[in-house]
Amino acid sequence: MTGGRRAVNLEARGEPFLWGMGGALSLGVLMILGFVLLIVWNGLITFYPKPLRVVHLKDGTRLAGEPTRAETYKPPAQRLESLSPEERDRMRERGGLAHRTLYRIGNYDFYNEDFRWVSDYQVERWEAPREMVFVERVEWGPFVGVVQALTLGDTTLTGEAALGERLHAAQAQAARRRARIRRIERGEIGAINHRMEKSRLTLRGVALKAGEDSAAYRQALARGEAQAAELDAAYARLAAEAAALKSEDARYTITLADINGREKVQALSEIVRIYPANALNLFQRMGVYASRWWEFLSAEPREANTEGGVLPAIFGTFVMTLLMALAVAPFGVMAALYLREYARQGRLVSAVRICVNNLAGVPSIVYGVFGLGFFAYIVGAGIDRIFYPERLPNPTFGTGGLLWASLTLALLTVPVVIVATEEALAAVPQSLREGSLACGASKWQTIKYIVLPKALPGIMTGLILAMARGAGEVAPLMLVGVVKLAPELPIDAYFPFLHLERSFMHLGFHIFDVGFQSRNSEAGKPMVFVTTLLLITLVVLLNATAIFIRNRLKRKYYVGHF
Amino acid sequence: MPDTPQVSPDPPDTVYHPMTGAEGSIIEIERFNLWYGDKQALFDNSIDIQMGLVTALIGPSGCGKSTLLRSLNRMNDLIDGLRLGGAIRLDGADIYHRDIDVIGLRKRMGMVFQKPNPFPMSIADNVTYPIKVDGVRDRRVLQETVERALKAAALWEEVKDRLRDSALGLSGGQQQRLCIARAIAADPDVLLMDEPCSALDPLATAKIEDLIDELRGRYTIVIVTHNMQQAARVSDNTAFMYLGRIVEYGKTKTVFTTPRSRRTEDYVTGRFG
Ligand SMILES: Nc1ncnc2c1ncn2[C@@H]1O[C@H](COP(=O)(O)OP(=O)(O)OP(=O)(O)O)[C@@H](O)[C@H]1O
Ligand SMILES: [Mg+2]
Repeated sequence: MTGGRRAVNLEARGEPFLWGMGGALSLGVLMILGFVLLIVWNGLITFYPKPLRVVHLKDGTRLAGEPTRAETYKPPAQRLESLSPEERDRMRERGGLAHRTLYRIGNYDFYNEDFRWVSDYQVERWEAPREMVFVERVEWGPFVGVVQALTLGDTTLTGEAALGERLHAAQAQAARRRARIRRIERGEIGAINHRMEKSRLTLRGVALKAGEDSAAYRQALARGEAQAAELDAAYARLAAEAAALKSEDARYTITLADINGREKVQALSEIVRIYPANALNLFQRMGVYASRWWEFLSAEPREANTEGGVLPAIFGTFVMTLLMALAVAPFGVMAALYLREYARQGRLVSAVRICVNNLAGVPSIVYGVFGLGFFAYIVGAGIDRIFYPERLPNPTFGTGGLLWASLTLALLTVPVVIVATEEALAAVPQSLREGSLACGASKWQTIKYIVLPKALPGIMTGLILAMARGAGEVAPLMLVGVVKLAPELPIDAYFPFLHLERSFMHLGFHIFDVGFQSRNSEAGKPMVFVTTLLLITLVVLLNATAIFIRNRLKRKYYVGHF
Repeated sequence: MPDTPQVSPDPPDTVYHPMTGAEGSIIEIERFNLWYGDKQALFDNSIDIQMGLVTALIGPSGCGKSTLLRSLNRMNDLIDGLRLGGAIRLDGADIYHRDIDVIGLRKRMGMVFQKPNPFPMSIADNVTYPIKVDGVRDRRVLQETVERALKAAALWEEVKDRLRDSALGLSGGQQQRLCIARAIAADPDVLLMDEPCSALDPLATAKIEDLIDELRGRYTIVIVTHNMQQAARVSDNTAFMYLGRIVEYGKTKTVFTTPRSRRTEDYVTGRFG
């Protein structure tokens, strides 16, 4: 074979293109892998307890904290002047660059900052004393320091005795007390408030219907007042109970001291977790790690979302995605059925198809604006006027909420479902339709018994794509009902149990809020990764479930029944 | 229904031989014309199909055999831009009349297609499909239908132990016999077959041919085939079509041995087609 021929062959076989395509593919795969690895790694290590350091600085001060990250930077020139000559020489050797570490020093109530940068040239020495503890608190962020004393009612323990088993037991007890106070304040008093509000609304409803000087109104007023008195009494009883619990709770405290000896007395019930970071063995570390994950998954957020859990956000994301799927599935499938099976294929249908495809490309925020303007302000306001006049001017459906968010996302994802369904319908062999029609089946029977079952896996695939897109969408939600902190879950024990009008939390928005909107974005950064990991996991789980169902259906309809 | 254009003026020059058959005709096709858009596919077709016998439609590819067959149970209704002229009568009633119930018509005409098209369901569900869409839900009736139709289609012995299995697991020949069973499940009067053996091997073909032989008398069968031997073996009457026209029609034996038209002779002796 001559060289010339080989060169021709190379091009003819398209080898340069082959390399190009292979390269593009591997680049894409690498990028996805890198992205997933970054998220998973950062998400997984966030909750692992880090050691605590006490750093002695050259100016004689000390600080204690968790080293979070380190970097090389270029100190400003006037900083260099203040250094000793040999330090300056060393720095010049390294090209004017210095190394520094970010410490999470905690104790926001003392220092007004959570993090501090420490350059290596400032450091005299550092150590990791075993008695240092890391305390996660309900308020004010973490405390870094030592335990001085433990006050349990009338007894006070100091030194070694204050740590260890006794502390754990006391803390568990305090947590139970806190939960009880919370149950009374949020649960039982909340129920009373709910009933008061209901009786107020009933009264107002009667007033709107019958007028303020009717007999019915006077009757309702009397009934309402009787009920109010009863509720007030119940409220007073509960409030007293809560107060008693609180004063009892105040007798259990822990005295902490920061690295400079400044003391802080903290109620035990305000402590979420306390551990001696440098004295933990691997097993204990894993315990802290697991308990943090559990808190993250099962608790409500604290500290402007930067700490605590994301349960309401998980819940909101989940419920909203499900509602969206429920709304988009029949809507999209029916539209596609009409387009493909019934509409006369012509210019009009082509135009509609092009529009549907283009809808998929409209920026999602536009859907948000539409959802707010149409669903909330027009439809919702109308519903309020007709069904909830007694609550006005407070909007019920006339503002963003779970229902409108789901419908907005359904609108956003309906093109995906329509396109996928149309493709699935078109892929059903004509011979099957003809066979069915020749059996004397009507068109609708043919669609119902032959076409739809055969197309179902394809339709499900479209639905899965729609769900994946919907679950990850944030921008439109910010306009139609997602909030950074929802007072109540959209599902609770009060009729009608599922409250479609309520605003809700969403993991995607939570990421944005924690990472970029909070007072302390440094503290929120790790939460960004953890929440992202969770969101991705949730989307994967939703999709896996849908794929599982799809495969079940595939098998079922392979040996289909009526 | 598409509007009825003028019947073409040229007189039909079909050669008619005497037909087999004593009971009279069940289907009468009279000066039937059909256009796909502007293209005319059938020209002045006129034949009577005899009750209880097997009628074969033969002719070169593209001559309109399928078109004519599908006109009998109005499967062509699905096609956009279709126009018709002339008449087709089933038991004396014009099937293209406005008042005719198409679904009822199709229930009287089972159809078997060129490629087996079992539905993606169990064997039993395939067979009972035509009566289930009719609203029959009685389990006993359904079971009896499965057995009767499968026995009639000579498939019962092979599948009676796996009626609940998917029909897609059957062989091509078995699938085609299943389609025949499905076509006769609702006990139609007429069985239309469009090259039912073209996707099958000789053994499966022989089985289907035996089956057609057995069904003769019980059903009126119209079969389109490309296989001359098959037409000669199974049919009582034969129509030879060419370019949308019926050239010669009569007893199969006559058409094959003493055709009067040159084209027919060339075709049946294999000189063209
Ligand atoms: N849906 C359609 N639209 C337009 N023209 C069609 C359509 N179906 C068939 N034709 C045309 O009508 C003529 C007859 O077709 P038909 O399918 O009836 O032939 P055939 O005799 O069955 O051929 P074969 O033996 O190959 O099956 C052909 O010229 C074909 O191109
Ligand atoms: Mg054909």
